[in-house]
Amino acid sequence: MAGSSVSVDLTEAMATAHVAAGDWLVVAPTLITILGGSLCLMLRKNTDLQPRIGIGFLAVLVLANLALLIRVLDHGVITMVMGSWLPPFGIAFTVDTLGATLSLIGSIVAFCAGVFGAATVDSTGRRYGFYPFLLLLMTGVCGAFLTGDIFNLYVWFEVLLISSYGLLVLGNDRIQLDGAVKYGVLNLVGTNLFLIGTGLLYGIFGTLNMADLTQQVAALENPASGTLATVAALYFLAFAMKAAAFPVNFWLPASYHTPNVVVSAVFAGLLTKVGVYALIRVFVMILPASRGYLSDVIALVAIATLLTGALGALAQSEVRRLLGYLVIAGIGSMLAGLAVGSTLAISGAIFYAVHSIIVMTALYMAAGVMAMMGGSYDLRKLGGLYQKSAAFAAVFLVLAFAVSGLPPFSGFWPKVILVDAAFSDGRAWLGAAILVSGFLTTLAMGRIWIFAFWRGGPEGTPDGQTAPVTAGTAVSEAQLSGGAVWLPLGILTALVIYFGLQPEWMLELSTQGASGLVEPLDYLRSVFGDQG
Amino acid sequence: METGVVILIGLFFTVAVYLMLSQQLVRMLLGIAILGNAVNMLIFTNGRLTREVPPLIPEHLYSPDVVTANPLPQALVLTAIVISFSFFAFLLVLAFRAYQELGTDGVNEMRLAEPEDDQTPPQGY
Repeated sequence: MAGSSVSVDLTEAMATAHVAAGDWLVVAPTLITILGGSLCLMLRKNTDLQPRIGIGFLAVLVLANLALLIRVLDHGVITMVMGSWLPPFGIAFTVDTLGATLSLIGSIVAFCAGVFGAATVDSTGRRYGFYPFLLLLMTGVCGAFLTGDIFNLYVWFEVLLISSYGLLVLGNDRIQLDGAVKYGVLNLVGTNLFLIGTGLLYGIFGTLNMADLTQQVAALENPASGTLATVAALYFLAFAMKAAAFPVNFWLPASYHTPNVVVSAVFAGLLTKVGVYALIRVFVMILPASRGYLSDVIALVAIATLLTGALGALAQSEVRRLLGYLVIAGIGSMLAGLAVGSTLAISGAIFYAVHSIIVMTALYMAAGVMAMMGGSYDLRKLGGLYQKSAAFAAVFLVLAFAVSGLPPFSGFWPKVILVDAAFSDGRAWLGAAILVSGFLTTLAMGRIWIFAFWRGGPEGTPDGQTAPVTAGTAVSEAQLSGGAVWLPLGILTALVIYFGLQPEWMLELSTQGASGLVEPLDYLRSVFGDQG
Repeated sequence: METGVVILIGLFFTVAVYLMLSQQLVRMLLGIAILGNAVNMLIFTNGRLTREVPPLIPEHLYSPDVVTANPLPQALVLTAIVISFSFFAFLLVLAFRAYQELGTDGVNEMRLAEPEDDQTPPQGY
């Protein structure tokens, strides 16, 4: 090169040291899923091979995320910059405990969905790309959890959004097209609002690196200034739309019950939680002052979300639509943690997010099993499932207790933390709303239990007599007889019980994640080196 | 110059919001297309509009020796254009398929997923 005669110190702009072998794990989740997705796409027509490849890659993804989490716990926050360009110029992937934890739980759920899909997605669905879309959805989800650059976060949002469109319309039913129109339009508007906020943020600070933004916002004399308030309000609206918070939640109950039940399960577990993650990341770490003056608004939104979700669930007779409203109610609990904003409350919100990812996916899968056994998702037509399978009834009861926040399952501990944090912050209404929402959720789940499991048969069966519904179709019998339905449901239920009985591990992780956001010194040091 | 562009962006947002509030899916999609362009111009303007030279580095240097135009907003806008265009294309096809299957492009008439005559859940058995 002709310029080699000029001596320039490259270390100012480039990372010259070799990346430690273990740090490549930072990009492994996105790489594994892109590779797996492309491979499945190439073998689109080989519908027997696709599930094996897809599930194999998802299993590797779980292992990679587990290794990444262990490495983050051992070594602290890890940063890797693309093209070795030092921040704030290169795009940085920065993995802290929060990102690694959510990425791991998300990939476990995706693995379970991949196995469940082997039984429930027919060969047409496979040929039209169930496994490629699922893997690419995970690229977006893991990328969003791991990136340290806010424009890059927008790109991952779009990656997961376009994959979710593909999954949502898979099968091409009329009802799916109806749901997909609403889901598609409103989510695209949401990401556009996010992009507006990002553009304005770039105009103010001239940087998009999250650590750099955190430093520059902290150095501002007046962090409550008008322009930054606009950005904060736009971000809150955009991420609340992604998370399906009231009053921008209407796309969720309109669309989540339309696709194949395994797709609903993945969506209910992952998509809204990415919105919650973005809210927590932006408002606790980057814009803490904005969270301060928005906290009353967030608290009101949280209360409204908690109550609309629970009341909406009470008004539904279709099991999947009922569960869709419970997803919304759960978002309200996480927003309650964000409204309070202390380390304790944020750790409660993170723990609740983990719980909600697992339990909502498991519940949608359980709804799928109910329909396979009873031939319908309608509470009027279901009945007698306890007689069909007492073990499945027990699994459902565990999940029902967990989603209502009753001990001794995983929903109990984050709710205790959140209610405690809300009351000690003087927000009694917020704590009360969480408890009322939990009570109404118990009623809604109790209704499913009574109608689908406890009574003898479908509507019209005389009390005391049994007339178990018969699914009758050979397809559903074949689906139920294989392990592909029961294994994922079993794994997720086991996790729900484990986090309920042994919450210390997850409490430790979520507390560490929360304190890493409230005091982001480790995060900054990881990105900028020791001078940061 | 920035003032003029900012007013234009405001105009774009106004038109986009007006169109998106419509009940016809086609108009909403036009609104989304305009919204995407408004956002792209906003990002571009936020990188400051200057009439500087292109950001080229002379052969014998490692960094440019004069003030150059900011290349980053162009990279950002390029990404955003590609994304918003592909999403717009997808939504167009989706809207057409929905029109074929549901026989309407009015969002108020699309009640298949949430039927109007939806009954309340059973109260007893």
